[in-house]
Amino acid sequence: METKRIVFVGVGGQGNLLATRLLGEACLAAGIPAVVSEIHGMAQRGGIVESALVMGDATSPIVSEGEADILVGFEPLETLRALNKCNQDTVIIVNVHPLPPFTVAIGQGVYPDVDKALETIRNAVSSLIALDGDELAAKAGNPLSLNMVMVGALIGSKSIPLDGDVLKDTISKTTKQAFLDSNLKAFDFGIAAAHSPLDPSKSGIKS
Amino acid sequence: MLLLGNEAIARGAIEAGIGVATCYPGTPSSEIPDTFFTLYQEAGFYFEYSTNEKVALEVASGAAISGVRSMCTMKHVGMNVASDALMTLAYLGVNAGMVVINADDPSLFSSQNEQDNRYYARLSALPMMEPTTAQEMKDMTVAAFDVSEKLKLPVILRTTTRLNHLRGSVTFGKRRPITSKGSFKKDPFHYVAIPAVSRNLHKILAEKYDQSLQLSEKSEYNRMTGTGKCGIVTNGVSMNYVQDAINDLGISDKVTLLRLGFSHPMPENLIVKFLKGVDKVLVVEELEPIMENEIRSIAQSKGIGIPIKGKGDNLFPQLFEFDPGLVRKTIASYFDVPDTSPQPVEVTDVPELPGRPPNLCAGCPHRAMYYAIKKVYGPDAIYPSDIGCYTLGVLPPLSMADIVICMGASVGSSCGIAAATDQKVVAFIGDSTFFHSGIPGLINAVHNKHKFTLVILDNGTTAMTGQQPHPGVDTEPMGVDTTQISIESVVRGVGVEHVEVVNPLQVKKAVAAAQASKDFDGISVIISKELCPLYARAIKKARKVRPFYVNQDKCTHRLDCINYLACPAMYLDDGKTMINENLCIGCAVCAQVCPENAILPLKN
Ligand SMILES: Cc1ncc(C[n+]2csc(CCOP(=O)(O)OP(=O)(O)O)c2C)c(N)n1
Ligand code: SF4
Ligand code: SF4
Repeated sequence: METKRIVFVGVGGQGNLLATRLLGEACLAAGIPAVVSEIHGMAQRGGIVESALVMGDATSPIVSEGEADILVGFEPLETLRALNKCNQDTVIIVNVHPLPPFTVAIGQGVYPDVDKALETIRNAVSSLIALDGDELAAKAGNPLSLNMVMVGALIGSKSIPLDGDVLKDTISKTTKQAFLDSNLKAFDFGIAAAHSPLDPSKSGIKS
Repeated sequence: MLLLGNEAIARGAIEAGIGVATCYPGTPSSEIPDTFFTLYQEAGFYFEYSTNEKVALEVASGAAISGVRSMCTMKHVGMNVASDALMTLAYLGVNAGMVVINADDPSLFSSQNEQDNRYYARLSALPMMEPTTAQEMKDMTVAAFDVSEKLKLPVILRTTTRLNHLRGSVTFGKRRPITSKGSFKKDPFHYVAIPAVSRNLHKILAEKYDQSLQLSEKSEYNRMTGTGKCGIVTNGVSMNYVQDAINDLGISDKVTLLRLGFSHPMPENLIVKFLKGVDKVLVVEELEPIMENEIRSIAQSKGIGIPIKGKGDNLFPQLFEFDPGLVRKTIASYFDVPDTSPQPVEVTDVPELPGRPPNLCAGCPHRAMYYAIKKVYGPDAIYPSDIGCYTLGVLPPLSMADIVICMGASVGSSCGIAAATDQKVVAFIGDSTFFHSGIPGLINAVHNKHKFTLVILDNGTTAMTGQQPHPGVDTEPMGVDTTQISIESVVRGVGVEHVEVVNPLQVKKAVAAAQASKDFDGISVIISKELCPLYARAIKKARKVRPFYVNQDKCTHRLDCINYLACPAMYLDDGKTMINENLCIGCAVCAQVCPENAILPLKN
């Protein structure tokens, strides 16, 4: 089958490794070859966390500059930083909720204006899906379900050949009972958000 | 099933029926022993976190010589520590399969260097195998045990970070029953490496090398595919990049691909056959040009004059890891085929982005100790440091690391700086690192009367690599029966007279201990004792505490908290100092640092 290369970027604690792993499991369940790559180590200490999922016949676990078919950004600044992974046909899915790094908090460096950042991203690639993932996760009843929102948005974007049912099945198999409801809800919110994304020029988010 | 590369290796070891597994943790190898740790009691083999890699290798070799299959895992720099044992173990050989897992880290994701440990196979004359996929990480582990048993030699399985930390689908095989007890058969003229014995053992090793070469020639992991005139040789993770490039560029009919999975000794006859069928060769290997040079030497000895290239000449770099795009572009240009790589977007209007370096966690006791030491010793003292979470103290505003070489070197290098200068020296070392390799340095300092202060940052765990236990840890909560060793007793036992144990979260006491160490003329040790809060949470020993807030009426914006502590729970908002109550763990250190007493616990 056609290869799809998906890059996930986020910050320690946002759960993007788990999201990537879940998608990998779902691929196997759907009979699609998949390989996932993770960078461990700095997640706990507030650093950048990057992972990748390569679906299809390719066997390389990582994605080179300009070669992501999809970029799933859990945080706007990190999405901007990962633009070098994209080409003009890349689909970008971005959570617009900013998490300023500590350097900004103590006055070394300035967090970019989110609206302008979204504008930049929209001009660079053919398709941008923006959503307030943190708000949707909170609405689903668990702020930690942001990763399920983002997985939902990826499925809702229809940019990979996986359907929602396989994912729900995998989520049900791998989630603790206490979080299952909120995770499934978050996943559905993500799908819906991909169908009617925020208008980036009016996200109303200022940093 | 989707398995992490490291989990696949652990599974392979279990399928091979290992009886003994040892390790010292280190990224990117740590999930192998961590998987053993969760499984070994049920599976019925022996497992330990050893004090350091050399000890780990010696334990595994004792078992394998006694006829029990063993595995020893480490990161690449761990091999430097273990190498003294490895070189002569190669002479002695083993009676049951023994596999050494060596995890290299090209691009230095979490290491102090990116040395290429394929040289260790050459140095020791031991066989080396290099997998390419998750499935192979399991299968090759099983195969490595068989090779080891055939040759009666330890086998090195070399991985790189991208393999350890990929997840791929793995089909399980049958499990061989575990044998965890053997018996040591006395044979001093084989196992006592005195010169008279070793001369003979070296001859035996040379014979075994020839046998390994035969196995390498026939190994299913050394395969040649295709019949094209463009020759490509590759190994390890690069094999994936090469295969994808051949497919993407649509050149499979033009290429002959030689993949070396049993990569030392290199299969000479197979290589000659390959060289004779192609017009030119590209060697795709990360780091050092090892295969490239050896293939060139084989070609030279057979009078084969075709171009053999790899590093340099606008081809592959010798530093850092490869990626699929780099490999595709280089193959395309070397063999002169059109490249189909997509172009990265060009964005010109991105402002300068603020960095997001990893940082000591909110409430980390290391930060509190750094504060106390700096308060007393100031910015001009020299701060040799070591390897662990606390190395992150190098970042401003703490700036509390002036030299880091390798594990344990904080103590040894301090001896040298103290001997060669009149500067004040305060060294930092973590608890796991102290046991690993800090003790000989401390004995040296006492014996040779060096004058400096050693701060042992005892957070009760090996935090950096994933909270593994070490000899100073009480392992009872983990359901493991070990003897806990007191750092204080060790320090006093080797003859340090000025020793203080403090809780760094009690700022006044920590500062007083720092002052006392400064006033003492000689070697002094401060043991900074407080659990890593993440570990405390994991073992359910975290205290329930309230987060803190800044009372804006009292705050006079002196910013001591930000300038000297910089806990990541703090931030500046429109010039106001604030605390993020979701990040704050209520360690109360900032409240003790604030000269206005403006930082207070939140009332609930
Ligand atoms: C020879 C060697 N082995 C392993 C490592 C990997 N490693 C880096 S730091 C560390 C342990 C740190 O533990 P500790 O000293 O207790 O400090 P902490 O992280 O808990 O602050 C290890 C095992 C290494 N760098 N070098
Ligand atoms: S993991 Fe523990 S020791 Fe490491 S920085 Fe965080 S709090 Fe400190
Ligand atoms: S009490 Fe202060 S120093 Fe401790 S975690 Fe909270 S903000 Fe950080």
